[in-house]
Amino acid sequence: MNQESYVDEAFYRELAAGFTGWQREDRRIGDPALLESCRSMLHLEARLLDEGRFEDWLALFADECLFWVPGSPGGDPQREIAVAFDDRRQLEGRIYRLRTGHAWSQVPQSRTSRIVANVEAFRGASDAVCMVRSSFLITEFRGGETRMFAGWNAHRLARAGSGWRILVKQVNLIDCDQNLRNPSLLL
Amino acid sequence: MNISISSRPLHDWDALVRPDRAHRILYTDPAVFQEEMTKVFGAVWVYLGHESQIPKNDDFLTTRLGLRPVILLRDSAGKLRALYNRCTHRGSTVCRAASGSAKAFQCPYHGWTFLNSGKLAGVPWPDGYACDFKDDKFNLAQVQRVESYRGFIFGTLNPEMPALKDYLGEAARPLDDWIDRNPGGRIAVCGANRLKYKGNWKLAYDNSCDGYHVVFSHRSLLEMENRHEKDPNKGMSYYKSKPDEAPMYCRCYGRGHHLKDKRPNVEKRPGALWEIEGAHPGKERYEAKLRARFGKDADRWLDLASSEPINLTIFPNLLILGNHIQVLEPVSVDETDTVWYGTAIVDGPDMPAGVADDVNALRLRTQEGFPSFGEVDDLTNFEEIQKGLAAQEDEWVYMHRGMDIPGRITTDERGIVTGPATDEVFMRLYIHHWKELMKANPALSVKRAP
Repeated sequence: MNQESYVDEAFYRELAAGFTGWQREDRRIGDPALLESCRSMLHLEARLLDEGRFEDWLALFADECLFWVPGSPGGDPQREIAVAFDDRRQLEGRIYRLRTGHAWSQVPQSRTSRIVANVEAFRGASDAVCMVRSSFLITEFRGGETRMFAGWNAHRLARAGSGWRILVKQVNLIDCDQNLRNPSLLL
Repeated sequence: MNISISSRPLHDWDALVRPDRAHRILYTDPAVFQEEMTKVFGAVWVYLGHESQIPKNDDFLTTRLGLRPVILLRDSAGKLRALYNRCTHRGSTVCRAASGSAKAFQCPYHGWTFLNSGKLAGVPWPDGYACDFKDDKFNLAQVQRVESYRGFIFGTLNPEMPALKDYLGEAARPLDDWIDRNPGGRIAVCGANRLKYKGNWKLAYDNSCDGYHVVFSHRSLLEMENRHEKDPNKGMSYYKSKPDEAPMYCRCYGRGHHLKDKRPNVEKRPGALWEIEGAHPGKERYEAKLRARFGKDADRWLDLASSEPINLTIFPNLLILGNHIQVLEPVSVDETDTVWYGTAIVDGPDMPAGVADDVNALRLRTQEGFPSFGEVDDLTNFEEIQKGLAAQEDEWVYMHRGMDIPGRITTDERGIVTGPATDEVFMRLYIHHWKELMKANPALSVKRAP
């Protein structure tokens, strides 16, 4: 794996273009088989995270990928710091940290149950790419308490054989600009 | 008009705050917390916000002074004010936005309207009142004294407080250093990592200058940053063995302010800070771009994207860490909000065109590291302390590391105390200052006349 970052000005430009005004009716994917394949991908992703299979989850991502949790609704990553803005290397680091056994915010590890719903898919810039919107509710149990993270995800997916790989996962927490308590689990 | 507070001490503070330890109820008693909100958060200069968050006249943001909801703003005439966000009629907040621009605030309940000077502009159907609405008592209350030190805005309700510059005292010097490392001494807040924990606010303060916890609390971060064999000395690696023998030190300035200065650990040459900066998104591409443009001189720009190795703490709620402005916001005896504001450098005529954007593209990302991979573990440990302190019979929190060891801690002629980086001397000094505040009976007051 190339351990250098691929994030540059062109990356930010392309990201901004791809994540602006993409939920358009004229781009809606109506093909049930295509929609179902996107939905299956999201269900698989949620299950891998719930099962703590973080390396398998990471394998769903493309080599040049982004895991992005904005710190305000629609937050511009070139104007403000984010809850997370991980390229491949940083995402690997995030998982590496959780696996050290010394990441006290995840010792013991959160137990989670994710519901992914309201899946809609839209054509991307080419036939090889699509954009998927879904709502999520993560119920988390840790340290004797049960709590929830809610919001919607935007996945940019790229064709990979008969399935998909994740180019970008943008996690839009409804309370992203509020004080979050222990956001150390993988969202 | 004075805010009355009991003149009888809540507790025997000398019994609860000893030279080497503090009693658990400082962290667990709701009555102590209530009194702190007056005697500490009302009575000293408390950080409220940065001028870059309200750059233009009529800009405002909402925050708290202790538990008091306030609107920090630059009024239509350009004056900085901290208005109580509390309608003088029936008590509702008049402003419910986090930030914005407004010449006036209209209470959503009955429509009383206040100018951003705090002055009551009018009430609906005034012929239903016999009173004179020109009476100052109907204006919004406001924090009596609001001052800015080089962009950092503080407020206090205590008329006896010295001027802000004198309150900061010698701690203003490392703050100046931190500001002046940025071109033109200009910085702007650029978003925040907002966190909360179920624990007392002082647990974060106790940690502010703590060099003892780093390799234990942040073991996972250190392992993550140094997981690639080719560059094994990233980030805070200088804590790994014998941190007391490293050149870094802890320094206490009085009034509860202190500094953990890690700068001496890093060579004093351009590029030295950048060399220990961990991997983060954009690192190689932006570095290549800056090097192609500036050659060797790129180092000084890259250093600006790197974390500045200081922890400067201004009592009671402002912490300068790396490039962050961290603010402690108490919520209750066992809940605290802690906001890590990011800072960006600001373009100016003294800078090559476009370089600020490239530096900030790196600097935004370097600042996401610690809150995500370090602070979450600290906050978890604070929550676990709060749980541990529920053990009523085990009364004491010890802070005696470094005590009574000849030659370990020095005090200079100005009263500035210096010790090794892992010492708890800063805790002993600040909690002693806290105790004196809790014993005092300041006559706090708000202002009504704009």
